[in-house]
Amino acid sequence: MTSEPVTHKLMLHFPKCECEKPIIYHLVKDYDLVVNVFRAKVTPEEEGYLVLDVTGTEADIDRAMDYVKTFNVQVNFTGKGVIRDEEKCTHCGYCIPYCPTKALHLSDDASREVAYNEADCIECLACIRVCPYGACTSAF
Amino acid sequence: MKTYEQINDRIESGKAVVLTADEIMDYVDKKGLDAAAEEVDVVTTATFGPMCSSGCFLNFGHSKPKIRMSEAWIEDVLVYTGLAAVDVYLGATQLRHGDPANMYPPGEFRYGGGHVIEDLIAGKTLQLFALSYGTDCYPLRELRTYFTINDLNQATMVNPRNCYQNYNVAINCSDKTIYTYMGQLEPNCKNANYCSAGQLSPLLNDPLYDTIGVGTRVWLAGAQGHVYAEGTQHAGACERTEGGVPTGGAGTLALTGDMKQMQPEFVRGVSFRGYGISLAVGVGVPIPILNADILKRTCVRDRDILAPVTDYSHDYPQKTGKILKQVSYEQLRSGEIEIDGKKVNVGSLSSYYKALEIANLLADEIRRGDFQLTAPIAPLPKNVPMKSMIQRAKP
Ligand code: SF4
Ligand code: SF4
Repeated sequence: MTSEPVTHKLMLHFPKCECEKPIIYHLVKDYDLVVNVFRAKVTPEEEGYLVLDVTGTEADIDRAMDYVKTFNVQVNFTGKGVIRDEEKCTHCGYCIPYCPTKALHLSDDASREVAYNEADCIECLACIRVCPYGACTSAF
Repeated sequence: MKTYEQINDRIESGKAVVLTADEIMDYVDKKGLDAAAEEVDVVTTATFGPMCSSGCFLNFGHSKPKIRMSEAWIEDVLVYTGLAAVDVYLGATQLRHGDPANMYPPGEFRYGGGHVIEDLIAGKTLQLFALSYGTDCYPLRELRTYFTINDLNQATMVNPRNCYQNYNVAINCSDKTIYTYMGQLEPNCKNANYCSAGQLSPLLNDPLYDTIGVGTRVWLAGAQGHVYAEGTQHAGACERTEGGVPTGGAGTLALTGDMKQMQPEFVRGVSFRGYGISLAVGVGVPIPILNADILKRTCVRDRDILAPVTDYSHDYPQKTGKILKQVSYEQLRSGEIEIDGKKVNVGSLSSYYKALEIANLLADEIRRGDFQLTAPIAPLPKNVPMKSMIQRAKP
């Protein structure tokens, strides 16, 4: 791990209640990060998201993300807006044929677990429409 | 040869040999059928998928003053009140009041009976609104209150039809997208959906109903429930393969269990876009290995189980009885089947992953001595076919 500053594009998903905490303030003050917010939706009493660039050393970014995760905030490094809720997904596999890029795919034949690879998602939103369990949502 | 008593004794002493229906075939191939039949006590089977014929009876206890509910809604979902004063039946497919359904197709059906059942079991606080015409003994005429499952006297799941032995593979031969209880089907046979745990499914492992019958104790979403009757549309008389495995619908089970003992991850409301609401429930059924024949039938593999590919744009709704093709679950699970020389992508509505989890949970419960097996008090009928409705113009 180098101490050279690097920039990561991140997306933070906030659960219902954490939106009022001054997380960004702490990222800057306690973890020495340069923060550039692109897009945000933070409404009290609702789920919210932040799309941002953070610049700092890898170590500081790692520590900052550990801090962010203590608020039950989901951190997503691909900046993609489509989220698959692990708790809600039943791994039925119904969404797979509708996903054009195989971002949703079977992880292995024996367990038949359905994996989601954010990096491959093109945000076509097909899975959001078809998932019978409401497991896929989009932040935007 | 073993008896239920012998198997239960071994379960009680923590010595029972239990395998899942996913493991048993390789085990028998290795050990030989007769040796394995001596050794293995129980094979666990399971399924997790949407089953519309589901619901529950709830008893609220009495308000002060008392009410004889004549209409009632839980979270704006209508429940049936044609029972005693504070008893209701909540059906899985009931829509929420004001849901536009398919007025602007395809409807989304985000919340309904199945979701109320899911929320109840998850321990959420729900709203009850009830009306009454008022009587001398039950004077209250309107009631709004908030409750959780713990406030209820009884919350009993009663699913008239579960665990379909086998099922159709749905496809759409028309030129426009259709929305069905088998999911969204793209035009010109672009995709197909199936709904069965195949080689792990309870009635496919006991195809002739040797051990599963009325009274069989089952694992119902984590609770110990039981089979209370043959399921609705149970039709044991059907076409079968040489091994006795039905090549279409066939048998079903009617199940009941205490919702207060259930685990929320195994009871899930389902929204089918353009179709409606349903409920997915996890069921595990133990099969006692009383003899080698019973064991042999639990060794069924996906490649030996055939399902009928049916056109849901015409043949299913118009009840023509036409089947395009039989395909095996092995083919279905590969994610691709061939229809008229064309490759068709396949998706599943039933979760094999969850079914496997349930089969293992049940196996562990039996190994720990926490789940005893019961012999059926009556068998499921084998020779009854499914009737169609007779539509009469005059009485
Ligand atoms: S359809 Fe929904 S529940 Fe099923 S595997 Fe896909 S995301 Fe999970
Ligand atoms: S949004 Fe489209 S590409 Fe992304 S996971 Fe869903 S179906 Fe696949």
